[in-house]
Amino acid sequence: MAQPTDDARHGHAEREAARRRVRANWLLSAPALAMLAFAASGPLLIMLVYSFLTPGDYGGIVWKFSGEGWFQVLFSRDIFDETVGLADAHLTIFWRSLELSILTTLLALVLGFPTAYFIATRPREQRALWLFLVTIPFWTNLLIRTFAIMELIRNEGVINSILLWLGVIDAPLQMMFTEGATLVGMAYVYLPLMVLPLYAAMDRLDFRLVEAGYDLYATRLQVLRKVILPLVKPGVIAGSILVFIPSLGAYVTPRLLGGGRNMMMGNFIELQFGQGRNWPLGAALSITLLLVVMLALVVYVKNANKGGAGHG
Amino acid sequence: MADAARAAERPKRPRKPFSVQRMPGFATVAVICFVALYAPLFPLMIYSFNAGESIAVWQGFSWRWYESAWANEQVKEVTIRSLVVAAFASGISTALATLAALGTTRTASFKGQTVIYVMINQPLMVPEIVTGVALLIFFAMIKVATGYTGLAYLIAAHTAFCIPFAYLPIRARLEGMDKTLEAAAADLYATPWQAFRRVTLPLMAPGIVAGAMLAFVISLDDVVITELVKSAGQDTLPTYMLGQLRRAITPEINAISTALLAVTVALLTAIFFLSRSKE
Repeated sequence: MAQPTDDARHGHAEREAARRRVRANWLLSAPALAMLAFAASGPLLIMLVYSFLTPGDYGGIVWKFSGEGWFQVLFSRDIFDETVGLADAHLTIFWRSLELSILTTLLALVLGFPTAYFIATRPREQRALWLFLVTIPFWTNLLIRTFAIMELIRNEGVINSILLWLGVIDAPLQMMFTEGATLVGMAYVYLPLMVLPLYAAMDRLDFRLVEAGYDLYATRLQVLRKVILPLVKPGVIAGSILVFIPSLGAYVTPRLLGGGRNMMMGNFIELQFGQGRNWPLGAALSITLLLVVMLALVVYVKNANKGGAGHG
Repeated sequence: MADAARAAERPKRPRKPFSVQRMPGFATVAVICFVALYAPLFPLMIYSFNAGESIAVWQGFSWRWYESAWANEQVKEVTIRSLVVAAFASGISTALATLAALGTTRTASFKGQTVIYVMINQPLMVPEIVTGVALLIFFAMIKVATGYTGLAYLIAAHTAFCIPFAYLPIRARLEGMDKTLEAAAADLYATPWQAFRRVTLPLMAPGIVAGAMLAFVISLDDVVITELVKSAGQDTLPTYMLGQLRRAITPEINAISTALLAVTVALLTAIFFLSRSKE
């Protein structure tokens, strides 16, 4: 690592040195990799094994092979006549998770795109400050930000109080414990994740191209669609993936704002390890979620190879 | 920019100077976004100073809820636990991340480098709930096998997901560093260790501090993984708050939230200035 690198490239001594450096690189990375294998990657494999076992009566598992966990992800058996049907309750939850995650991503994009553009067109010395203003909420406790939204939309919350006081409504609007509440909450919580990569892409935007567009009599809308959007596409994709993935696995926001009747994937998985006492089903659901996320990441990587966006 | 000069030449648009960068309505949306990011936090903070029992009816200013949170034994216990876990997790993860950053930057690309990157960034890609559940299963096995139910599980889990957050600023710092300085040290007969100790380490210090602070904030804020991994009676501040939020809420929770917000913003501001100190 910190050896003097002799830039002259001759001989096998050079190759030997390179080999030693690679070994040093691995040795240096090893402790971090071991920690990650122990408390991040390794447990995922154990979970895969658990998804093929039999649930224990009080949670946990019995070491006996069973495909039931995976079967129950999509299907259910009638308790009386054993007929097999689609598990409607599960499908509803999957669909809600997917729908809300897509809507959250779109909402964040519609709000985040102009915001990132705004920051990217500030004078250079101001940009760090505007960016910092986006970063603060990003690092602020998600629980607190969800709580802040709760305070706004509760029946006795700020919005209802103002509307009642203005006389617009006679009774408080029920906004908590709806899908809409989860949607607004997630868009609020994940908006910075959209703005940051979008900004990274726009920061590199060459405005001479935009100018060329205007010189060739393009309208503003045409410039936006034909010049700016294609150039910042990697940022759009990176931001969308960064919002979509945590939305799909969201736990805190749907639990607090959506309530028990508007569960999402994350809550449903947790339920299997709590009251549900069906660890294999929970493990199978987790792996399903992971596969969907990986699919989204593959799409991202394929697209990012062109422009290389993303933050960090 | 030179836009002003160019705009002045345009005869057809006498009123507003034409700017190639302007998009109508974008600034408005941006301002709405900035307001929307911060506005919801204000009622939360304001009601933490409410003299009354309610978080909806204002009854005058008081420090009452801060005092009650301070005197609350349970709050004290979970806060200390959170700080202990965050201190261990950020310390260990920063040490590991520093080594890994040294091993993966400023080097010709080598076979398996991608594997290291993917491993290190894995906690950022896998949904928290999935990691949490996997850890719940794995640690349950160890708990049965060893009978140990202490805080080490939480610390191990936090350390793992803090590694990428500590790694990124350190790597950024290292990549921006002038390699010739170390070569100069070597030319002046410094041993590799001396060159590292006297040149590399001081230069990368701001990155290490920023990484440690980020890891600390991330650990302090974690809800999902902690909720799944913790043994009975191992609530941290966020999981305690999560429990409270589902019951009748008093402004005490606002006071705790506001205090936590203040700590986070203070740390972030410090990181902001640290990372701007260029050299």
